[in-house]
Amino acid sequence: MAIEDDVLVIGGGIAGATAALAAAERDVQVRIVSYKQSTLRNASGLIDVLGYTPAGDGPLADPFEALAALPEGHPYERVGSEAVREALAFFDEIAGDAYQGSHTDANALVPTHGGTVKPTARYPTSTAAGLASDDRDALLVGFETLPDFEAPLAASHLEATGAPFAARGVTVRFPGIVRDDAKITRYAHLLDHDEAVETADETRAGEPTAREALAETVRSHLADEARVGFPAILGDDRADAVRADLADRLGVDVFEVPMGPPSLPGMRLEDLLYEALEAAGVRVTTGVPVVEYETDDAEASATGPERIDRVIVDRNGAEIPHRADQYVLATGGLVGKGVRSERERVFEPIFDCHVPHAADRYDWFVDDVFGDQPYARFGLPVDRDLRPLDAVDDPEFSNLRAAGAVLGGYDFAAEKSGSGVSLATGYVAGRRAAEGCR
Amino acid sequence: MARDTEVLVLGGGSTGCGIARDLAMRGLTVTLVERGNLTDGTTGRMHGLLHSGGRYAVSDRASATECIEENEILREIAGHCVEETGGLFVQRPEDSDDYFREKLEGCRECGIPARVLSGREAREVEPYLADDVERAIEVPDGAVDPFRLCVANALDAENHGARVETHAEVVDLLRDGDSIYGVEVRHDSGPGKRTHATPGTTEEITADYVVNATGAWAGQIGAMADLEIEVRPSKGVMTIMNVRQVDTVINRCRPKGDADIVVPHETTAILGTTDEEVADPDDYPEEGWEVDRMIDTLSELIPILSEARTIRSFWGVRPLYEPPGTGTQDPTDITRDFFLLDHADRDGVSGMSSIVGGKFTTYRAMAEEIADHVCEKLGVNASCSTADEPLPGSETIETLEAGMDDFGLRSPVARRSKQRLGSRASEVLETEKPNPVVCQCEGVTRAEIRDAISQSGSDLNAVRIRTRASMGNCQGGFCCQNMANELHPTHDEETVREALDELFQERWKGERHALWGEQLSQAMLNYALHATTMNRDRDPANENGDVDFAAFDGGRSGRTRVDGSRRAD
Repeated sequence: MAIEDDVLVIGGGIAGATAALAAAERDVQVRIVSYKQSTLRNASGLIDVLGYTPAGDGPLADPFEALAALPEGHPYERVGSEAVREALAFFDEIAGDAYQGSHTDANALVPTHGGTVKPTARYPTSTAAGLASDDRDALLVGFETLPDFEAPLAASHLEATGAPFAARGVTVRFPGIVRDDAKITRYAHLLDHDEAVETADETRAGEPTAREALAETVRSHLADEARVGFPAILGDDRADAVRADLADRLGVDVFEVPMGPPSLPGMRLEDLLYEALEAAGVRVTTGVPVVEYETDDAEASATGPERIDRVIVDRNGAEIPHRADQYVLATGGLVGKGVRSERERVFEPIFDCHVPHAADRYDWFVDDVFGDQPYARFGLPVDRDLRPLDAVDDPEFSNLRAAGAVLGGYDFAAEKSGSGVSLATGYVAGRRAAEGCR
Repeated sequence: MARDTEVLVLGGGSTGCGIARDLAMRGLTVTLVERGNLTDGTTGRMHGLLHSGGRYAVSDRASATECIEENEILREIAGHCVEETGGLFVQRPEDSDDYFREKLEGCRECGIPARVLSGREAREVEPYLADDVERAIEVPDGAVDPFRLCVANALDAENHGARVETHAEVVDLLRDGDSIYGVEVRHDSGPGKRTHATPGTTEEITADYVVNATGAWAGQIGAMADLEIEVRPSKGVMTIMNVRQVDTVINRCRPKGDADIVVPHETTAILGTTDEEVADPDDYPEEGWEVDRMIDTLSELIPILSEARTIRSFWGVRPLYEPPGTGTQDPTDITRDFFLLDHADRDGVSGMSSIVGGKFTTYRAMAEEIADHVCEKLGVNASCSTADEPLPGSETIETLEAGMDDFGLRSPVARRSKQRLGSRASEVLETEKPNPVVCQCEGVTRAEIRDAISQSGSDLNAVRIRTRASMGNCQGGFCCQNMANELHPTHDEETVREALDELFQERWKGERHALWGEQLSQAMLNYALHATTMNRDRDPANENGDVDFAAFDGGRSGRTRVDGSRRAD
C-alpha cells in the first residue's frame, strides 16, 4: 500500500517548508519527506531578497526596484515580482514577532561576524538593535573561547565600511564556560536556563546566574554605547527572554551578530518553520531519501510530458512508495545535494532533471574565488509554472515543480538572494501544486 | 671592503635552508633571501615522499645508496617531520617479472632493506590494493613534511645567528668586473617579519660568497649576471585525497611512468605525478587531464580512488639539469643528481656557485657538500655536524611524549599538536589563556597559530605551512577567518583583511582542480559562507565605504540618536 497525499514536497529547508505551508492553505493533504538535516544550520538566519544585481551593483537599498530588471530565467523573473511580495507577506505572517523588516521596502544592513555589513530584507528580532543603518554607537563583545568572532577586529572593520556610528570591541571570558572547545549550544543552554556559574569574584555570596554574571562582566567595559552586540549564542529556546534580561541588566539594547555554522539563528528559523508545519497539519517524514520514481504509463501521451505516479522512499532499507497528485522538488543546490556532480557531469539525482553545464569541468569555475562563478548557477531551468525543463525547454514532468536552491540561473551568494528565492519559489510552487490537484 | 655577510644564500627551499643551517652551525655569518615564503618553490610542491632509494634501485644505484643513507639520518635528526610508513613496490599482472627481480636485486645491492610479499600478504598490509596485485617489495619508504622540515632548518639557522629574509626578491646581482659580491633585493614589506600593506623597499646585501640555490629559477638568477645556467624545469601534478586510502607508500613496480605513487601524508593521501618539461617555472598550464590521469591510472592499483574525494591538486616544477651536450629528450631520463656549478671555474666569474638538480630526500647531503665547497673558497676550516644534531622540535621527543600533559585539549587534538611541534610542544602549548581549536579539520589550536604568527608575521600562508591549518577537507572555508582573527590586534584591521583575502584565494587556487562531487559541494558552501553570510565578496570596506547608510532600513522605530532615553520607548 502506498502512502497517499495530494501534494508531496521533497526537501525540508526554507523552500520545501514554504511550499508545504502554501499548499496546505488550500484544502489538500500535504506531506514533506526530507533526507539530510537542512542546510539552515549553515545559514545566518537572515532573509535576503536581493542585495546586489547580477551585474554586481549594490548594495541595493530597495530590492524590489531591481527585481523587474532581472534577466530571463532568473527564479524571480519566473515567478514575477508580485509573487515575491506575496511570499514575503506570507513569511511575515508565519514569523510573527520573530522577524522584523516588514515595515519598509528598504533593505537593512546587518553587521556580520566578519565585521562587514550585508544587505537583507528580513532579520531576526535578535538582530534588530544591531542594524548598521542605525547610528547609535555600539559595543561588540566577543569571548576568548570563540575564535569565530574577534570583537575588536569586527568593530574596526565595521568602521572601515563607513558605518555611521562608533564601534568598539572587547574580548571577555564567558562565565561558566570551562572547556576551551565548548559547543555553541552549551553557551546558549547556560543562558536559556540561567544556570548558576562559578566566577572569579570570591567576595560575592553564592554563585551568580549565567545572565547575571555575563551582564556583570560586560558592564565594566560599557562606556556610553547605547547598544551591545554579542555573537549569536544568546539562548536557543528562550532567546527573547535572555536578550531582554541582559538588556535590562545593562540598561542598553542588546543584539546578536549572525554567525557561521553551527548557526543558532538558522536553527531557530528551522524550528519556527517546523512549528508552523505542525500547526498547518502538514505531515513530515525526516531522515529518509527518495531513491526512485515511477511514471504513470496510462497517462503518458505521445506529445505531452510524463506524469510522476509515485516516488520510492528508502526507510532503513525498506522501500516505501509515496504517491501524490503533485510533487515539489526542493532538495537544495550543491550544498544540500539536490544538485550533484561527478568528474564529467552535473545532475539532479532523483528525477535526473536537466542541469545545464559546460562539458569540461574546467569551465565550471573562474580563477578569482569571488569572480562570476558558473558553478554557483548550477541548477534546474524552469518554466513560469516552475516545472523543470529538459534540454529542449519542454517540461520534464507534468506534475513536478521545483523551488529554492535546486533552481539554476542565479548566484544566491553574490546576489544575497538565497532565502528570498526559496520563499518566493516555494510559495508559488506550493500554491500551484495545490491548485493543480485533481 | 667589509661585507654585510660572509655567505648569502639565495632561495628558501630545502636546499637553501639546509645550506644556511649547515654554514651557520659551522660558525659562518649567513643571510638567506627568499622571494616568497619558505618552501614556495619546489619544496612546498612535492608529494612528501622520504625515499628509501627503492625508486632508483634499478636506474641509478648511486642515488639509491645516497637516499637510504639520508633516509636513516633524517629519521634521527628530524623525527617530528617524518612518518615511518614503509613502502611497497606493487606488481600488477601486466608489469614485468624481470623488472621486479631487478628492483629487488638493486635494493639489496644498495643496502635498502627489502622483502617480497605475496599479493595476499600485500593486501593484508593495505586492504584497498587491487585484487589482481600479484606481489610487492617492501622497503623503508617514509612520509616527510617538507614544510616542517624546511622551516626547522631555517629556524635552526636563525638559532645559530643567520638572518632569514622571506618575501625578499632578488632583483639584481651585484657584479664588479668578474666578481659577484652580493644582490639587490626588493622587500615585499620592508625587512623583517612580513606585514601586509606596507610599502616595499630595496636593499643591497653584500657578501663574501653567494650561493644560488634557487633551483628551477637558477637560470633567471644567473641571467642577471650574464651567466647561462640551463636548468630544464619539469612540471608534475599531485592530487590530494581527503583521507588516507593507504597508510603505506604505494609505488608501481615498473620502469618510469606517470601516476605511479601514492604517499599517505598526515590526514591525506597524495597521488603523484607527471613529468613534463616546461619553458617557464612560473607560468605553465595546469590541466584537468593531468588530474584525471592521476586518478584513473592509480585506480588500477587502488580501485576505490576512482570514487574518492579529492580536495585539491597542485603542480610543482623540478629543477632538472644535465651537463651541456647530453641531449636527453625525455625529462624522466634526466638524472636526479645535483650539480654544483662554480662560476669561477665554469664562466670565469668569481664569488658565486649555483646548485641545480638534486632531490628532496638528499637535501642535507647536498647542503653538506656545498657548505664544504663554500668553506674551502673562504678558507674556513670547519666541519659539518648536521647529520648528528637534531633539528628544533626533534631534540627529545620520546621523553616529552611520555611525560607531557595533554594541555587541557581533547586528546586527538593534543596528539596531533604534539606531533607537529615535537619537542617544542610545551614551549608553545603551555599557556594560562584559553586555547580553543581554530582549525577543526586539522585540529590546530590558537597557541600554535599564534606561535606561527610570531615566526612569520601577517603572512597566513606561512602560518598555514607551519601548522597545517586550512589544509583539510574544508580547504579553509571554515577556518581562514578564524586564523586571520588571531592576527589582531598585533596587526591592524586592514592588514588582517588583506591577509585573509590572500589565504582564501590561495586555498581556492588548488581546490579549483578538485571541483566535482563532495568537494564541489564544499566549495559552494565555502563560497556561501564567505559571500552570503559575511558579504566578503562585496565588502563595502574594500570599496572605500561610500555606502549611503541612511537609505537603508534603520529599524522599526526609525533612526535613533544616542540620548540615553532609548529604552523607555
